[in-house]
Amino acid sequence: MIPLLLILIPLLSGLAVFLLKDSPSTKSLAFVSSLATLVLSLMAVFTKGALTYDAAWLPGLGSRFSLLQDGMSKMLSLLTAISFPVVFAATYKNVYQRSSAFYGLMLLTQAGLLGVFLASDALLFYFFWELALIPVYFLCSIWGGEKRIAVTFKFFVYTFIGSLLMLVGLLYVYAQTADHSFAMQSFYHANLPRHAQGAVFALFFIAFAIKMPIFPFHTWQPDAYEQSPTAVTMILSGVMVKMGIFAVIRWLLPMVPQAVHGHSMFVVILSVTGMIYASLIAIRQDDIKRLIAYSSIAHIGLMCAAIFVQNQIGLEGVMIQMFNHGINVIGLWIVADVIEQQLGTRKFSELGGLAQKAPVLAILFVIMALANVALPLTNAFVGEFLMFNGLFQFNGWVAAIAGISIILAAVYTLNMIQKIFYGNTVEKTLVAVEVSGNVQWVLSILVLVVLVMGVYPQPMIELTKDTVSAIFANR
Amino acid sequence: MNAIIVSALLGVVMMFSGILLKNKSSLKYIAIGGLLLLLIANLFQTYGVYTIVVNSHDLLRFQKFGLFFNSIAITATLIYVILSGKDIENVGNYPAEYFALIFFVLCGVSILCGFNSLLMLFLGIEILSIPLYILTGADKRNLKSNEASLKYFLMGAFTAGIMLMGIALIYGATGSFGITSPVFINTPTPGSAPKASFLEIAGVLLLFVAMCFKVSAAPFHFWTPDVYDGAPSVFTSFMATVVKAAGFFAFIRLMEGQSAILGPTWKILLSFVIIATLLIGNITAVFQQSVKRMLAYSSIAQAGFMLFALYSFNDVAKEGILLYAAAYSLATIGIFAVLIKLKDYTLDGFNGLAKTEPVLALTATICLLSLSGIPLTAGFFAKYYMLASVVKTGSGLWLVIVAVLFAAVSVYYYFRVIQAMYFREGVSETTEITSGFKTGLIFVAALIVLIGVLPSLLLNYFYF
Repeated sequence: MIPLLLILIPLLSGLAVFLLKDSPSTKSLAFVSSLATLVLSLMAVFTKGALTYDAAWLPGLGSRFSLLQDGMSKMLSLLTAISFPVVFAATYKNVYQRSSAFYGLMLLTQAGLLGVFLASDALLFYFFWELALIPVYFLCSIWGGEKRIAVTFKFFVYTFIGSLLMLVGLLYVYAQTADHSFAMQSFYHANLPRHAQGAVFALFFIAFAIKMPIFPFHTWQPDAYEQSPTAVTMILSGVMVKMGIFAVIRWLLPMVPQAVHGHSMFVVILSVTGMIYASLIAIRQDDIKRLIAYSSIAHIGLMCAAIFVQNQIGLEGVMIQMFNHGINVIGLWIVADVIEQQLGTRKFSELGGLAQKAPVLAILFVIMALANVALPLTNAFVGEFLMFNGLFQFNGWVAAIAGISIILAAVYTLNMIQKIFYGNTVEKTLVAVEVSGNVQWVLSILVLVVLVMGVYPQPMIELTKDTVSAIFANR
Repeated sequence: MNAIIVSALLGVVMMFSGILLKNKSSLKYIAIGGLLLLLIANLFQTYGVYTIVVNSHDLLRFQKFGLFFNSIAITATLIYVILSGKDIENVGNYPAEYFALIFFVLCGVSILCGFNSLLMLFLGIEILSIPLYILTGADKRNLKSNEASLKYFLMGAFTAGIMLMGIALIYGATGSFGITSPVFINTPTPGSAPKASFLEIAGVLLLFVAMCFKVSAAPFHFWTPDVYDGAPSVFTSFMATVVKAAGFFAFIRLMEGQSAILGPTWKILLSFVIIATLLIGNITAVFQQSVKRMLAYSSIAQAGFMLFALYSFNDVAKEGILLYAAAYSLATIGIFAVLIKLKDYTLDGFNGLAKTEPVLALTATICLLSLSGIPLTAGFFAKYYMLASVVKTGSGLWLVIVAVLFAAVSVYYYFRVIQAMYFREGVSETTEITSGFKTGLIFVAALIVLIGVLPSLLLNYFYF
């Protein structure tokens, strides 16, 4: 029942908020709804074993409304459930025109995301995959920056082409299943012939690679992150990119194992190229949002590479890092949003010496940024260590090249800290004041998560263990 | 048989009610009542409650598939009249005749749903087309409307000639007009090579060309943009939905038996037509500034998808064409109903509609999402069934990939309208909008979403 409620609560409250008249209470209603989802997802985490829900949906097509919440789904639904209240709280002061529509669409996005993470029926998965996209399209296009319309449309067309190719793949595998069903297990056991595996792999992988995004499909991402309203950017980069990684682990790996094996080197090289490439570009950025966007591409690239090396330790690293990257990147966005709201600029060249004006913010931000570099004792260290370990077992050279990105990450992150928070105060930062209480609270909670997960990551490894071992048991 | 007789009678009734009634606005309600009656008559035959028996000497043969399709066409017309009835009255001075002509078109549709002979096919097509020539030119003082009507008539007459030639050749080769007679199908028996005479093949090809013209498949689509653009918008809506779907139904029914004659050439020929249709429809639609003209090209593009049913000819395709007809008609009727209310048909005319008329903008958005085939709308399952039917045949996966790429192109021009409504500044001017009209639109949008979530609701009626 919990998986169903996890989707229904944001869906119904989203529709309700969407239809309400604009008033301050819509904000509170959205916040309460997201808290309810959080409680439910925590309940799921503390329940032993996988949770399922199953109901008839399209009998003629062999598709059922079936949900599965195993370790990976529990972890990702927890991430989704944490993100939304955090985002709502951190941007509580932001005023949106037509706020009911804004919060309604946000909650609908959450429903779509949770659906993607919980669906265990391929057609249902496809439905939620799209349901997560449509509200985001409207959110970015209505409340975004100056170039929002063109940029968001690019993002939409990219992902839509990907999902259509995935649809073709779904149809093909469906036609090959023994019992003509979209059920996950039928898809796993579809027994595709070897030559077909390559085609199916390509169709699915392009869709997921666009969503992650993996070089060279990443060009929509920095623009979209920059132009979207920050609340949406947080969701995009914190949770939505995990859809691609999740989908690879949930659908691609077990469905076409031979093709994954055959293409592993190719994908790993693509990912590592993307990591280095994005890190180099990040160094040259003068805009906080764009810098975080490129750094995000680098991190996602590492996760994708670690999946395709196909060893247990790499996959465990990915599981932990999916959660931690979400927490860290949302923390960075919150600070970026605070700076932009307060000072009206995101350019490093117009900032400096903010630490003198806002010491608390500076401390919290520095911890978040160090987690972004994956310093030991922060949460990201654990994940990155495991992933690099996996990469090294796969191929030492590749791991060595990928390792350069750690140094590059330190370069751009420390550079950012220095330019924003240290040095002399400039004209714009003279008026800066300490951030409000709610942002301090939210950031403190995130920092707490960063430190706790950095010191004691074992529960997260335990939580996702069943998914990891199921994947390696199948081959 | 029920629908043919009742629709013809109702057409006559509508004609006379124009003379007898002074009040123009009551005509709409008579038409709605008539359509309900027609629907009930058709359902009576579908479920065997009561059927008017006329011995047609096997010229007509009614099956559930056809009758069900007819019900969809009648229901679509009903929704169309409820939404746009008022605008039909405002086209010219003789509204009663317009409604009468619509009933005659439905009579043609009913014949096409049950034809079992090439003669009946020809009659059905003509009964369907001739009222449309008149409706296209209904706006008498508008030069474009006149031009469109003449163009449509000339091209239509030309096609009728081609079709008759094809029928004559086939009759010459087989000595029969039946579409299911054994001579005609010429099924290759194992062990002997199929022998179709040259005359027969030529005849089938001519029929194919004529039907391609009727459903505006490229390269026989040239009349479509001009006619759809020139005709009064209300009638464009009707032409692009009910009439087009009926054309497709006839096309499928005709070719199901016949395509075997062409052997493997059939699929090659059809792939060419499908790709040409998708290419021309989608690419040209991208460059349109007028939304009305864009919808004309988009209807060509949608025809490309419907042609998949002819590629696969299996159960999935049959269910799919029913769903496609319903989904596409609903969405197009909805978007045209909104378009008619606007004063400016260009994209700029839609600017800021979300602020001035949020209900119209939201429902139009759902219609556009359905046309582009986004999940949760009926349009998704329509496209899904079409693609699935081809995948099921085991060949033509490349065709499916080409088609989905064109579907991605279609997103571009459909979403431009959404962008204009929601994201661009402007004051969209509309004529007066009643709350009844809004309720109707919301009903259409709800229906689109409902079919989009549970397509089995619609398809189950097909089996029970």
